[in-house]
Amino acid sequence: MWLKQWLAKRPPAKRVTRPPVDVAAWLQTNTFHHSQFADLRALVAEKEKQHLTISLCIPTLNEEKTIGKEIAVFKSELMSRYHLVDEIAIIDSGSTDKTCEVARAFGADAYLAGAILPETGNRRGKGENLWKAIYQLKGDIIVYVDADIKNIHARFAYGLLAPLLLKPEVKYVKAFYDRPLTVSKGVRVSGGGRVTEILVRPLFSLFFPDLTAIIQPLSGEYAVRREVLESISFPIGYGVETAHLIDVYQCWGLKAFAQTDLDQRVHRNQSTQALGKMAFGILQAFMPRAQTLGLVGEMPEWSQILRQFQVRDNVYEQIESVFQEAERPSMLEIPAYRKKFRRKS
Amino acid sequence: MNANMESILNALPRIRNEARSMQNIVLANLVAIGEVPAPYQHEEGRIRMMLERFSECGLQSCSTDATGNGLAILPGSEGTANILLFSNVDTLADEHAEPSLAFRKDEIVGPFIGDNSMALAAMASLPILLERLQISLKANIIVMGAVRMLGHGNLEGLSGFLNNSGMPVRYGLSLEGVQLGRLNYACLGKLLCEIVVRLPEDYNWVQFGATGAIISMNDIISRINKIPLPRRPHTTIVFGMIRGGVSYRNIARETMLSFEVRSESADLLNQVAQQIEDITEDVAANSGVTVKFDIFARRAPGGLDISHPFVKQMRAIHTALGLQSQLYPTTFALTSLIEKKIPSLVLGLTTGTRRDDLPEMEEAVAIDPMWTGLAQLVGVLLTIDGGFCDVA
Repeated sequence: MWLKQWLAKRPPAKRVTRPPVDVAAWLQTNTFHHSQFADLRALVAEKEKQHLTISLCIPTLNEEKTIGKEIAVFKSELMSRYHLVDEIAIIDSGSTDKTCEVARAFGADAYLAGAILPETGNRRGKGENLWKAIYQLKGDIIVYVDADIKNIHARFAYGLLAPLLLKPEVKYVKAFYDRPLTVSKGVRVSGGGRVTEILVRPLFSLFFPDLTAIIQPLSGEYAVRREVLESISFPIGYGVETAHLIDVYQCWGLKAFAQTDLDQRVHRNQSTQALGKMAFGILQAFMPRAQTLGLVGEMPEWSQILRQFQVRDNVYEQIESVFQEAERPSMLEIPAYRKKFRRKS
Repeated sequence: MNANMESILNALPRIRNEARSMQNIVLANLVAIGEVPAPYQHEEGRIRMMLERFSECGLQSCSTDATGNGLAILPGSEGTANILLFSNVDTLADEHAEPSLAFRKDEIVGPFIGDNSMALAAMASLPILLERLQISLKANIIVMGAVRMLGHGNLEGLSGFLNNSGMPVRYGLSLEGVQLGRLNYACLGKLLCEIVVRLPEDYNWVQFGATGAIISMNDIISRINKIPLPRRPHTTIVFGMIRGGVSYRNIARETMLSFEVRSESADLLNQVAQQIEDITEDVAANSGVTVKFDIFARRAPGGLDISHPFVKQMRAIHTALGLQSQLYPTTFALTSLIEKKIPSLVLGLTTGTRRDDLPEMEEAVAIDPMWTGLAQLVGVLLTIDGGFCDVA
C-alpha cells in the first residue's frame, strides 16, 4: 500500500526523450583517474576562484574501527595541508559503539541524524543520513564517502571533487575502483560489485542504456553540487544511489555525470543474504521510477517482504525481512531548508 | 634562533602544544608511510612514499642514495654542520603482508607501528612543526629512512650512508617509535648468530625411535643455556626464533635457531662465541648430524660516557617535559656511528605495547605522548644547534 500512496504523491513524471548519447565519447571526456588531480594546490586555487565551499560527509553506523583513520587522513590532507574542504562531518544513525566519540576526537563534527530536522521524523538508513546532511552541512558541494574504507587516502575525496571544480557542466561525480574483498587472510584480487553486475547493470541496459556508462553505479562515494542534491528525492535505504542516477539523468542528462577511477578500495565483504536485501531495496526504488516514467505498465501491488532461506539442523527455514524503501522528498520541499538556505518556495 | 639552555627548556611546553595541534598531519603521515609494506630488501615502496611526504613538506634534495636509503635535507641558515636523524624503514614482515592501521580513540594499532613507522612519520612531520614554530636552525638536518637495517641487513643502510655520502655528520639521532623517555647513549656489543642442524643424507629414516634434527637442536640449546654469563660486564643470550619440521608426524630434517649474544665486553663476546662453537662441534660429533654455526653480524660495544653534555642536556629536556630518562645501553643502531666517533643517542617518541590481545606482529602506540616525543626532538635539535652538547 505504502508504495502506491507514495507514487500517488509524486508529481507525474515526464520521461525526457534524449538524443542517443555517444557513450564512447562520454567515457573519453567524463571519465578520469584520480592521479590527474594530484595537484591539490591547483584544485584549491580553482575552488577559491569560484568562491565555492565544500563539505565532506561520512554517513556512519557503528564504524568506530575505521572512522578515526578516515577523519585523520582527510583533516590532514584536505584541511590542514590544503584547504580544499571546509568542513568534515559524520551523520550518524545512532551508533551503539564509540563512533561519534572517536570522530570528535580526531576533529570531525558529529551529528545524530535523528537530531537534524526533527520535525520530519527519524528513519533509519544511509539515504536518510545523506538527505539530512544537505540541511546540516553548508557546502556548495557535498562529497559523500563511506566510513568502512580500510585503505583510506585523500584521493577518495579530491578525485571526486576535481571534475566539479574543473568542468562547470558536471554536477554529479561517481567513484569507481577495483574492489578486492577482505577475506579472512589477505585480499582477493577480483570480485565485488556483484549487485551491480547481476541487477543494476541489466536493469539499466533494459531501461536506461545511457546509464550503463557509469562503471560502478552503486559506489558509495560521490560528490554532488547542492543545486542537484536539494532538488532530488532520497530513498532512505539501499536504493538511494540507483534513484539518484535515474533522477539526475532525467533532469540533466548524461553530460551532468562524471566518474573517477580511485584505484583500489578495500572494504568489508558482505554475505550473499545481505546482498539480497540490497537488491530488494534497489528494486523498490527502481520500479516506481520505471512505472512513473512509463517504462513499464500497470503492475500489481509490490510486497514489502523479502523471503530468503536458511538451513538449520537439515530443516529449511524461511526468513522474512520487511523492507519499506521509504523516500524523502527533495529538500526544496522542506520549509526549514528553504528558510536556512534562502530558497524560494 | 638565539637561545640559552634555559629558554629552550622553557619553550618545551609551547612546542608540545604546537605539536599537538598537528595531530592529524602526524597521523596521516603515519598512515601514508606505515601502510606501505617494507619487508627486508623490499623497502622501495615505503621509501618512495617517504620521499613524497618529505618533498611535500618542503625538504630539499629528496632522493635515494646508492644503498637505497631515502634522504632529504632541511638546510640550516649556516649549513656548517650536519645533524643526522634516521630510522629503519625495513620491517620483519612477510613480503606479501598488507599492513593496515586501526585507529582507536587514544591509540593506534598496527604491524610494526612502534618499530618503526612512528619514527618515520615524526621525521616527515618535523619540518612542518619547525616552520609553525618559526624555528630556523643553523645546522643542516639530514633526515634518512634507512634500509636493510634489521637482522641480516646488519645496519647496512646506515653504514652505507656514513661511508659514502661525503656529508660529515656532527651529531646523530636514532629515532624509535617506542618508548618515550628512553635515552640510549651507548650500545652493547652483539653477535647475531644462526645454528642450522641438518640430518645427513644417509640418515636411517625407518629406524624405530629415530629422533630427527629437533632433538639435537634441543641439546644444543640446553648446553648454550648453561654457559655461565657474568652480571658484570653485563652479558646475555636471547633466543629469538626457532624453525624446523613440516608436521607433527614427520621426522624433522632440518632445524634453525636464530639468537643474539649481547655483552658490554668485546672479550666476553669472543669467549661465548668460542664456547658455542665447541658445543655445536661436540653435538655434531656425538649425534651424527650436521651442525652449522654462523655469526653473520658482529657489533662492538661502545658509546658516549653518561657524563657527556649530549646525554646531560637530553636528560634536562626529559625532566623539563616531565619524563624520567631511561638510561640503558641499546643493542641497535649506534654501532656504526660510534665507530665513526659521532656523538649519538637513541630516542623514543611515544609509549607503546605489544599486548596479548594483538597478533604477534601488531603493536599499539599511544597518541597523546607523541606530542611530548616531538617536543623532545625539537628541544634536542635546538640544544645541539646552540652548541650546548659540545664538549668544552
